[in-house]
Amino acid sequence: MFRIIAAVIGRDLKLAMRRQADIVSALFFFIIVVSLFPLGVGPEPDLLRKLAPGVLWVAALLATMLSLPRLFADDHRDGTLEQLALAPHPLGLVVTGKVIAHWLVSGLPLALIAPVLGVQFDLSADALIVLTFAILLGTPALSGIGAIGAALTLGLRGGGVLLSLLVLPLYIPVLIFGAGAVDATVTGLGGRSSFPARRHHFCLTRLRPWASAAALKIALE
Amino acid sequence: MTDRFNLYRFASPATFYPLAGTLIPYFAAVSVVFGLAGLWLGMLVAPTDFQQGEGYRIIFIHVPASWMSMFIYLVMAFWAAIGLAFNTRLSGMMAQALAPTGALMAFLSLWTGALWGKPMWGAWWVWDARLTSELILLFLYIGYMALTAAIDDPKRADKAGGLLLLVGVVNIPIIYFSVKWWNTLHQGSSVNLTKSSMAETMLWGMLLMAMCFWMYSIAVAFMRVRTIMLERERHTDWVKAELAKAGNGGEQ
Amino acid sequence: MIHWTSFSDFLAMGGYGLYVWGSFGATALIMAVEPIVVARNRKTTIARLRRQLRADARAENRNATE
Repeated sequence: MFRIIAAVIGRDLKLAMRRQADIVSALFFFIIVVSLFPLGVGPEPDLLRKLAPGVLWVAALLATMLSLPRLFADDHRDGTLEQLALAPHPLGLVVTGKVIAHWLVSGLPLALIAPVLGVQFDLSADALIVLTFAILLGTPALSGIGAIGAALTLGLRGGGVLLSLLVLPLYIPVLIFGAGAVDATVTGLGGRSSFPARRHHFCLTRLRPWASAAALKIALE
Repeated sequence: MTDRFNLYRFASPATFYPLAGTLIPYFAAVSVVFGLAGLWLGMLVAPTDFQQGEGYRIIFIHVPASWMSMFIYLVMAFWAAIGLAFNTRLSGMMAQALAPTGALMAFLSLWTGALWGKPMWGAWWVWDARLTSELILLFLYIGYMALTAAIDDPKRADKAGGLLLLVGVVNIPIIYFSVKWWNTLHQGSSVNLTKSSMAETMLWGMLLMAMCFWMYSIAVAFMRVRTIMLERERHTDWVKAELAKAGNGGEQ
Repeated sequence: MIHWTSFSDFLAMGGYGLYVWGSFGATALIMAVEPIVVARNRKTTIARLRRQLRADARAENRNATE
């Protein structure tokens, strides 16, 4: 089981490495969007500190969205996806591998660059650590939910815009918990959280690849 | 055995089409009756609320619209589950026929909420947990309609839309609780609507209006589903017969 | 039995007239327009399907005579 996932991850990473420009441009998109905000709202440190968690998270959502349409599209075009769907191992495992690979090339770089951008917003060291971990833990959920949207819109006209329409509302809990965790540290509230909803959310993590796999099967019929 | 037979019979568009056609006027009439009774009770008889004056009367459409917007989404998800599990043609059509009405109900709920909030809270919009969740529900409706509209093959549209509905319905509680948690985190911006104990006439007025909205939604959804059926089943004999009939007897 | 003493009282809604009638007006408008749009949509669909049917029938006839 893990061999299949690992094989898919390895393959997708190799393909992604051949197109490093995509990874880099998504990362720069993130940096530019975040840097635009101080120019829009003004340089007051107090205001920026307040805005930082939300701005960084919204930019992270948008940057993740950029690479989602490509998640299955290339494999769909050259027929690999149909081969994978016909293979004896469950499609959900393949999707899991692809989601992990997507996170490695899109979510992980965001988490690594986030503290640098946080400094621009005058965040404290504590808040920077929480921010990094929040993005590190939250972006896999973004890739997972995004995969469902990517599978549903596979091969449709205007799929990219449609994808964001479908996926962004579902990103809201991630945004709230992710930004909320940082916010709580900034304002010194720390530790207040809604564990039932989070636990619920994490339980769904295991279901998501199967929903994506079902969506892929619908798209491939 | 007969039960099962009936179920399959009504699940077939050829039988459901005329059935829906005969039922529409009844649902519409019942909706009007409930609506008139509810308006009479709510607008003419119900006393003034001691906290909110006459402004509270918005409740008679705000609450039914909010209820229907949530209920219709659940019904759509139910049809989606049936459709994905048993591969029935009717369920996808029902879900698609319900979506615009559900979206309109969500919009009405937001619109009346804004008009209620302005005099009571002093703002057209507050980031209250319930208002925010309703807005997200509207987004979910719009996403569903955009997805099904973008897919040309009706079978794939039904299945993809159905899957999206199921994903949405699983996510709704999470969204709601996360928004609620977010709201407590940012206390101060939240305003709690103090529910005064409702007079009995108010409650009855509200329930009657809710029945009116319910029957209205069924009537409109049936009207819409009949058009979708004709469109989708245009190559079948019963649709051809139906089209020929409508030509002689005028519109039904 | 009836709560209001005059019609203008009813319209004023104790000062909340704009908000109350704005809500009821929007609802009435939507509930009136939606069925009309659906009915018109149905008419155009039926007309279009009937045209297609006739075109198909003509094509079939032509094939049969040839």
